[in-house]
Amino acid sequence: MKNFKKVLAVVMALALIVTCFAACGKKDTSNDKKDAVLKIGFTGPLTGDNAQYGLAVQYGAQLAIDEINAAGGVNGMKLELLYQDDMADPAAAVTGYSKLIDDGMKVSLGGVTSGACTAFLGEAADDNMFMLTPSATAVEAIQGAYAFRVCFSDPAQGTVSADYIKDNGVAEKVAVIYDSSDAYSSGIYKNFIAEAKVKGLDVVAEESYTKNTKTDFSAQLQSVKNSGADLLFLPIYYNEASLILAQAKTAGLNVKVFGCDGLDGLVSMENFDKTLAENVMLLTPFSTSATDDLTVNFVKNFKAKYSETYLNQFGADAYDAIYILKAAIEKANVTADMDASAICEALKKAMVEITFTGVTGTDITWGADGEPVKKPIAVKIVNGEYVVM
Amino acid sequence: MFKQKKSIAKATKNNFITYGILAVMFAGSLIWLESGAMPRQFTKLLVPLCTYSIAAVSLNLVVGVLGDLSLGHAGFMCIGAYSSAVFTNIFADVITNDLLRFFIALLVGGIFAAVFGFLICIPVLRLKGDYLAIVTLAFGEIIKNIFNIVYLGIDKSGLKIAINSSKYTEIMSADGKTIINGAMGITGTSRDSTFIIAFVILFITVAVSLNLINSRTGRAVMAVRDDRIAAQTIGINIPKYKLLVFTIASFFAGLAGVLYAHNLNSFSAGAFDYNASILILVYVVLGGIGNIRGSFIAAIILYALPEILRSVGEYRMLFYAILLIVMMIVNNNDTIIDMRKKLVAKLKKNKHKTTANEGGDI
Amino acid sequence: MEFLSAIIAGISLGSIYALIALGYTMVYGIAKMLNFAHGDVIMVGAFMMFIALTKMGLHPILCIIFGTVICTILGVVIEKLAYKPLRKATSLAVLITAIGVSYFLQNSAQLIFGAGSKTFTSLFGSGNISLFDGQIIISHNTIVTICVSVIIMIGLTLFINKTKTGRAMLAVSEDKGAAQLMGINVNKTISITFAIGSALAAIAGALLCSSYPILSPTTGAMPGIKAFTAAVLGGIGSIPGAMIGGILLGVIENISKVYISTQLSDAIVFGILIIILLVKPTGILGKKMNEKV
Repeated sequence: MKNFKKVLAVVMALALIVTCFAACGKKDTSNDKKDAVLKIGFTGPLTGDNAQYGLAVQYGAQLAIDEINAAGGVNGMKLELLYQDDMADPAAAVTGYSKLIDDGMKVSLGGVTSGACTAFLGEAADDNMFMLTPSATAVEAIQGAYAFRVCFSDPAQGTVSADYIKDNGVAEKVAVIYDSSDAYSSGIYKNFIAEAKVKGLDVVAEESYTKNTKTDFSAQLQSVKNSGADLLFLPIYYNEASLILAQAKTAGLNVKVFGCDGLDGLVSMENFDKTLAENVMLLTPFSTSATDDLTVNFVKNFKAKYSETYLNQFGADAYDAIYILKAAIEKANVTADMDASAICEALKKAMVEITFTGVTGTDITWGADGEPVKKPIAVKIVNGEYVVM
Repeated sequence: MFKQKKSIAKATKNNFITYGILAVMFAGSLIWLESGAMPRQFTKLLVPLCTYSIAAVSLNLVVGVLGDLSLGHAGFMCIGAYSSAVFTNIFADVITNDLLRFFIALLVGGIFAAVFGFLICIPVLRLKGDYLAIVTLAFGEIIKNIFNIVYLGIDKSGLKIAINSSKYTEIMSADGKTIINGAMGITGTSRDSTFIIAFVILFITVAVSLNLINSRTGRAVMAVRDDRIAAQTIGINIPKYKLLVFTIASFFAGLAGVLYAHNLNSFSAGAFDYNASILILVYVVLGGIGNIRGSFIAAIILYALPEILRSVGEYRMLFYAILLIVMMIVNNNDTIIDMRKKLVAKLKKNKHKTTANEGGDI
Repeated sequence: MEFLSAIIAGISLGSIYALIALGYTMVYGIAKMLNFAHGDVIMVGAFMMFIALTKMGLHPILCIIFGTVICTILGVVIEKLAYKPLRKATSLAVLITAIGVSYFLQNSAQLIFGAGSKTFTSLFGSGNISLFDGQIIISHNTIVTICVSVIIMIGLTLFINKTKTGRAMLAVSEDKGAAQLMGINVNKTISITFAIGSALAAIAGALLCSSYPILSPTTGAMPGIKAFTAAVLGGIGSIPGAMIGGILLGVIENISKVYISTQLSDAIVFGILIIILLVKPTGILGKKMNEKV
């Protein structure tokens, strides 16, 4: 027991020192605080397995906030980005969200991953906190009138993918490989299969893997090969996709590959052999090689500030999320002296009225259910660049 | 005779200290919470702290009292969480009294976990040490894998279950309510876990554990742990006691799972992987193997640590790792323990001296 | 034909598990501790080789040597700082410290190298051998992995049984106290064990990332736990056991994916593992310990 008191003392002392340092650091930066500040916060995986997605959101949002502040802010307010690590864990997301409230967050960007975002939805409902998640795709993640999202939902992606493949005659026989331990992947898969049945698209192989078995895909690729599919649908993230593509090449599997927004980021992976991704098709709201001014600027500024590995749709969605908030704040005439609940009521109304054009879509509008209405772009990777199909 | 009496008295005293610590912690937290001065972040930590304390105390029954290394404790939490959340979602409209429904949910979760614990323990009895560890890890992963692919819903014609989403959409009518949605887990469970209920369960867990250890059964089990063959020779029924302790531990792990499930708007099986089991083991070992009090104190410190460290931002988990290593070394290194003992002895001596002097003055 | 190619893919994956398991089992045998940080040493080794290859442009052989040397040093340093102070503590205390080290390595790697995944370039060329008109395809990586694993297994066995240091290791693993009385420097022997174990981890890292070319701070975690499973399956502490356990695990994993279900692959693999351990409670080649009364 004595051990414990000692350890406790050491821990508490360390924690105190650490908090002191942090507090000092904060004070220094807020010395020249003159403008009113609106604090916007999110929780995301900033360490651990999924850190690359959380960091992409952080960088994208920070970039937009810096741009807005440099241009004078919104309604006379400066924006400030708060973020907390949740390691994609629901329990840590709830405490992270609460910490953000403690730190004075008035508008939430929700959570980066679906599970974490859904976990604190109840808290957000109690607080009547406005929520605009850049990247949580699950249907459940935006239940409630106060929650909106920038990205497409799982059903939207699954259904739209099946429709696109069928309607454009991309393929007749389709094989799927998905991650059965991941909510995003199995969510799209579920809706893809359902729509494929409706549309009469022939699904000849349904294979999966889990977090524990995501290194060797030879078994799955073999059955895809045996099934005689002419298209492989990959509703997964680009990390595993890069492995699948490499192993498909070794296995001599020669089929078309079609993916969703999770595949975005494939070609910007460090040291990736871009020839593997040649002719891969994906439905994504964002393409780094788009030539409109907004995208060109975003890509240029992002690369100047952060590593290119984080330049993907997560970053783009977050970047847009901040500008969407800006538009809604201006529309609703939100001021810094309003409390979170009043801001939520105002923004809720404004969201369904605004039309937004950003790097992840043009003329986006929102329904009261929080889903964005926008057209996905189907792109094909040619010579390592996205080409709109 | 006298010696034994003394040791029993010592155990009772020790238990009272444990209950005292619990009571003080409870009162302190409650006053802090009710005064409204507690930061929001900490208010959300109270139930998880109780949850993981319960998990750690119950794992300590297996690791410390039974002497078996289990790496699948989170699996029982998983069973408790899923079974109770399914119950709550099905009966959300039938039983409208939240407290009553949650009480039944606790029983459902605990009993399901206990039954699985009992069933899993039967084959596991044959194994020892790392082999047992691997088998429990395997069971934990199997449970997680199955819950990850299960779809369960309820519609007019009853419960529908499938381990494949395409089959599920076939058998499920469109107006039904999906409860377990594959890897997305269970969403929208009524958030019934409160700090007071969680604490009461922690208290019960600790009380049952301490009574078990100090009972005839507990002494028999510990005899098995310390020397299996000697215990067998004096006629202790080893399988019976092992099953008993393992089942009790699983029951409480199940309760922890129920608290977990009813504290979040959504959860999935991914949260109960081997990393979670290992984390609970970390609490037990840091708190001292077989030391019930240490288990919940270590669980509280280590679970709260990453939250306290949120202020260091991106270095958070790095600090956590370093602190964990340092704590382990400080607690277990002979030289440091000796140094500490000497220091404590010295302090005591000084105290005696001063009191003696004072006495002399008068 | 399909069966054969499934077996070959299984062996290819399994031989990597085996190689990692060799390091695990050796450290376990001598230091009596489960080194849960072993997987993360693999990750560090792979990152070092990645940097040597892409940033410094070294020859693949030099890259492997570079990574191996760094890992060897790292292994010894970890042992000195984190495990040595706990020499007399329970093995569980050391296990928890190893978990701390594992968190430390993962988070340091993320801070230093970034969280994004990197594609690893194979250090052994990317060619294939195709048999029976392309019905069976074996990549060079697979062949190299299997050969290296076998060579290392034989080398280790010879080293432990034939050299003085090796026999010192055996002695330490049997009885630390008696070994010390015989004039063996126990601390030095354990340090050497960690050095060899970490060097093996580096080589395993090179092979793992060459065969499955993705690299991130958490790359080592999953293969690490699989290798631990393999080592126990084969009988922990036994060197040929680790080899057999690793390959068997890889084959079971792949066969169950091909013939039963990919959705349930985890459950099936772990289920088979449980059955094997129930039949052979001390692993396939594990020694049955006779209890002394």
